[in-house]
Amino acid sequence: MRGWGRKVGGYAAATAMLLAVWELGSLVVGSPALPGPVPAIRDFVTAFVSDMLPHLGVSAWRVVASMVLGAALAAPLGLAVGRAPRVDAVAGPLLFLTYPIPKVVFLPVLLVLLGIGDAPKIALITMIVFFQILVTARDAARGIPTSAVLSVRSLGATRWQVYRHVVVPAALPDIFTALRISTGTAIAVLFFSETIAGTDGLGWYIIDAWTRIAYSEMFAGIIAMALLGVALYEALDLAEARVCRWTRAGR
Amino acid sequence: MPAIDINALAVTYTGVDRDTRALESIDLHVGDGEPIAVIGPSGCGKSTLLLALAGLLPASQGRVNIGGEPIAGPRRRTALILQDFGLLPWKTVAHNAALGLELRAVAAAERRRIVAEALDRLGLAEFADAYPGELSGGMRQRLALARALALDADLLLMDEPLSALDALTREDLQDLLLEIWRQRGHTAVLVTHSIEEAVYLGRRVVVLTPRPGRVAAIVDNPGMGDEGFRSSPEFLKRCVKLRRLLEAEGALATAATGSEGDA
Repeated sequence: MRGWGRKVGGYAAATAMLLAVWELGSLVVGSPALPGPVPAIRDFVTAFVSDMLPHLGVSAWRVVASMVLGAALAAPLGLAVGRAPRVDAVAGPLLFLTYPIPKVVFLPVLLVLLGIGDAPKIALITMIVFFQILVTARDAARGIPTSAVLSVRSLGATRWQVYRHVVVPAALPDIFTALRISTGTAIAVLFFSETIAGTDGLGWYIIDAWTRIAYSEMFAGIIAMALLGVALYEALDLAEARVCRWTRAGR
Repeated sequence: MPAIDINALAVTYTGVDRDTRALESIDLHVGDGEPIAVIGPSGCGKSTLLLALAGLLPASQGRVNIGGEPIAGPRRRTALILQDFGLLPWKTVAHNAALGLELRAVAAAERRRIVAEALDRLGLAEFADAYPGELSGGMRQRLALARALALDADLLLMDEPLSALDALTREDLQDLLLEIWRQRGHTAVLVTHSIEEAVYLGRRVVVLTPRPGRVAAIVDNPGMGDEGFRSSPEFLKRCVKLRRLLEAEGALATAATGSEGDA
């Protein structure tokens, strides 16, 4: 419980600091494009239920579905590649070639192929998360100490049991870290893809408010997007604490 | 308890550029319930020998029989304890001890009973829910032993199991190993780079040559396991004899750090 109190306190202090900087910035810039936190938050509260909630829901669904899908595809594949030197000899270079390509550039292609609904956005974010998790899972699987694998094999473990008892748990903390880091990219790409096509989602909401010169509404949308990011990050942190208990033990 | 028969065993590692021969023409018989120690210069293939006995490395030539059965894979009642104890940091003490039973699909209730007994025997009962990262080195070592006891192992293969421990903990655990051996009478192969440890825990001490490892000498060690052996003149004499043999193998540097550097 003390951990919780500290965390909430930390968030409160950080939020207060952010709001102060925001207020100051808004005073210095003195432009309607950068309203202070008070009108923005007021609009956020009034617009939230009536107007913004459906968009927040759509955006949250897109980003969560993408991250789950990306991780579910990439983690097993990365672990398998990392544990099989012969597969890795081919898959490794393939990965190094494709990893640096910015996947965002495929958005137009995806729009043509998949229409302008959820599908192209989910596909794009999935692609980005997929590569980040794939690289991490592969490295994690390669770094597993031989002695752990040998010990478990000496107890008669099958290949599958080695994965279950050694490879997967050994890689989980790294995979969670990669997921947490990729939330930032995922939300950024979500925003981008929602501003390009479609008529829903927070990205669209923000750009729509911008075209209507409704700046405090625009900022309400920005706040919602920030909260979505924080919620995702914290959810992953909680999930990791629950799944990877041993990493917090003995500290 | 099983006897071990090693016949003209050779093990070669297949590398990318070249193959490395780690062991060559090893002939060795370990009696039923006999504890032996294996000592030799660094990189002489001591660990390779253990992995081959554990059924984790295939023989390139020759064969290994344990309890009359040729070894083709891990054996049910062999326990392998590696230098870092082979514990899984993500499993609690109880789950680590139960791992062998779990892999063999022993029923949960039975598993709990056996593990509780093994942990109790090794003084780890109150740490059942802790993680290995929260234990001291000596406790981790005892947990590795608990896992072996839970499996009802009749053959213990140990690869420098005490080398990471401080001198006092180390002597404690040497006594514990001896005590468990006296009670259970299991066959044991202990790989070590400490001369004193080899003499304290091996009924015979096998000296290997530098790579590729061959048997350079086998030293009989009567009196091993007797009360007060550690401070007896025979113990000291045997240590000196082994030191001479290791010197002859050009292994003094590693052997000396092994026995004195750690103390």
